[in-house]
Amino acid sequence: MIEVCELTKRYGRHTAVDTLSFQVRPGRVTGFLGPNGAGKSTTMRMMLGLDRPTSGDVRIDGLPYRRLREPLHTVGALLDARSVHGNRTARAHLGWLARSNRIPQRRVREVIDLTGLGSAADKRAGTFSLGMSQRLGIAAALLGDPAVLLLDEPVNGLDPEGIVWIRRLMKDLAAEGRTILVSSHLMSETALTVDHLIVIGRGRLLADTGLTDFLDRHTRPCVRVRSPEPARLRAVLTDAGIRVDDGADGSLVATGAGVERIGELIAAHGVTVHEVTRQPASLEEAFMRLTGESVAYRSGEQQR
Amino acid sequence: MNTAFSRAVLASEWTKIRTVRSTTWNLALTFVLSAGLGTLVALSLRANIDRAVNFDPAFAGLYSLTLGQLGLVVFGVLLVGSEYSSGTIRTSLAAVPRRGVFFSGKVLAGALVALVVAAATVIVTFVVAQTALGPYRTTMGADGVPARLGGACVYLTLICVFSMGVATMLRSSAVSLGILLPLLFLGSQGLGNVPALKSVLQYLPDQAGLVLMHLTGPQDDPRFGHGYGPWGALMILLAWTAASLLGGYLTLCRRDA
Repeated sequence: MIEVCELTKRYGRHTAVDTLSFQVRPGRVTGFLGPNGAGKSTTMRMMLGLDRPTSGDVRIDGLPYRRLREPLHTVGALLDARSVHGNRTARAHLGWLARSNRIPQRRVREVIDLTGLGSAADKRAGTFSLGMSQRLGIAAALLGDPAVLLLDEPVNGLDPEGIVWIRRLMKDLAAEGRTILVSSHLMSETALTVDHLIVIGRGRLLADTGLTDFLDRHTRPCVRVRSPEPARLRAVLTDAGIRVDDGADGSLVATGAGVERIGELIAAHGVTVHEVTRQPASLEEAFMRLTGESVAYRSGEQQR
Repeated sequence: MNTAFSRAVLASEWTKIRTVRSTTWNLALTFVLSAGLGTLVALSLRANIDRAVNFDPAFAGLYSLTLGQLGLVVFGVLLVGSEYSSGTIRTSLAAVPRRGVFFSGKVLAGALVALVVAAATVIVTFVVAQTALGPYRTTMGADGVPARLGGACVYLTLICVFSMGVATMLRSSAVSLGILLPLLFLGSQGLGNVPALKSVLQYLPDQAGLVLMHLTGPQDDPRFGHGYGPWGALMILLAWTAASLLGGYLTLCRRDA
């Protein structure tokens, strides 16, 4: 359990994180979303005691991070995957990290196998691709078998196979009752993994909600209709106050009414249709709409 | 307890030291510069023995250490500076969030390595230099020599620790070396002999090191004499080291990583 309470971080006059409060609960994957520069990484650094909050605090299982004695047993974190000395091998990097928290060296071999580092484990980290660096970062996060995992943009640079792997890993870890917080600036990709969403923009909380609630609230239902008489269909729908846009391959996309209502209208007017399909709600669009204001507000302003 | 010490952290910092190549290079540099230059100094003294004033055979085995310290200074700086340049510092502080525990482990690991390398370098340099002196040589057991060799080991270790403290304050290898190299080398090789500056510069760490190793020339000669003796020199070195460690510790506690 992570508790963020009235957290604020200012750099001079720029406020990166603004009285942010939320909780991350165990047993589910929580997505931490926001556009680039929204304050996600700053918040995560404060969770790890790396940056000092201007005010407010973060507690992990009731304790501030700096009070944890051997924190890798409690919290595993992937921040910047490139934060590894380039001249050290992956195995040596995990080795010193394990020693610092009295984790047996056997566990180093385990996480190397678990993350598929394999033969790269004895190569210098400076030669790694971004994908391999991410795997090393995830290996480091899992080293202490922690109950809390903080992953900052973990899919960055991973190949499709790696992306599928990390998604399954996060779900499995959450199913074991762990607390997983994963940040991303991409909504669509996050939706495949997370159960709960925390959305921030300009350092402020915009949403703290379940994924399905989020979809219900922020996406409008959309129905695709294909008809040999599109002009009549358009007229019928428009007359009923439904917005109609042109879809792909000559179909029409109706926004603002469910599939039932549209079916009834079609039947009532005797329009021939070949297809009536409920369209999946566009997550990216919902996300953009929610964060749009905070992004627009910020453009032109210097980002950290 | 923020200032406690942890053996696990010491072991972890030792692992960091021995798993990068720069460690080997810097420590080899210390050794090769000291022993190599020591031999050259000895050969040169031997060839010009007729013109030598105040001939001091031990000088041949100690003077080159003032250049050899370069390797230990770079070693100390990189130990800390590479954490910042690579971003490892964030991983380190996430693993060991208590700044005092992290810092004490790192400094102690660096100091122990420096002490071992310093002792080996001092002894080998002395032996090869004395061999090169041939008939004019002295021995390790000769009057005053053990204290000077011990002083050399202490000086080299403290200067490495001092460098670690400076690098922690400045959080950058390049900036730290930019300040330390002139500070440690200009003083003794150049400005230290300008009379007007000497009253101040004699308290710089490298000058204290020279006094500790008795390399300053006859103390009764006003051109060479310092306002303090070997024990004073040790106190001055300890004060510099303590100040740099305190500065490093406070920086580590206060700044965001």
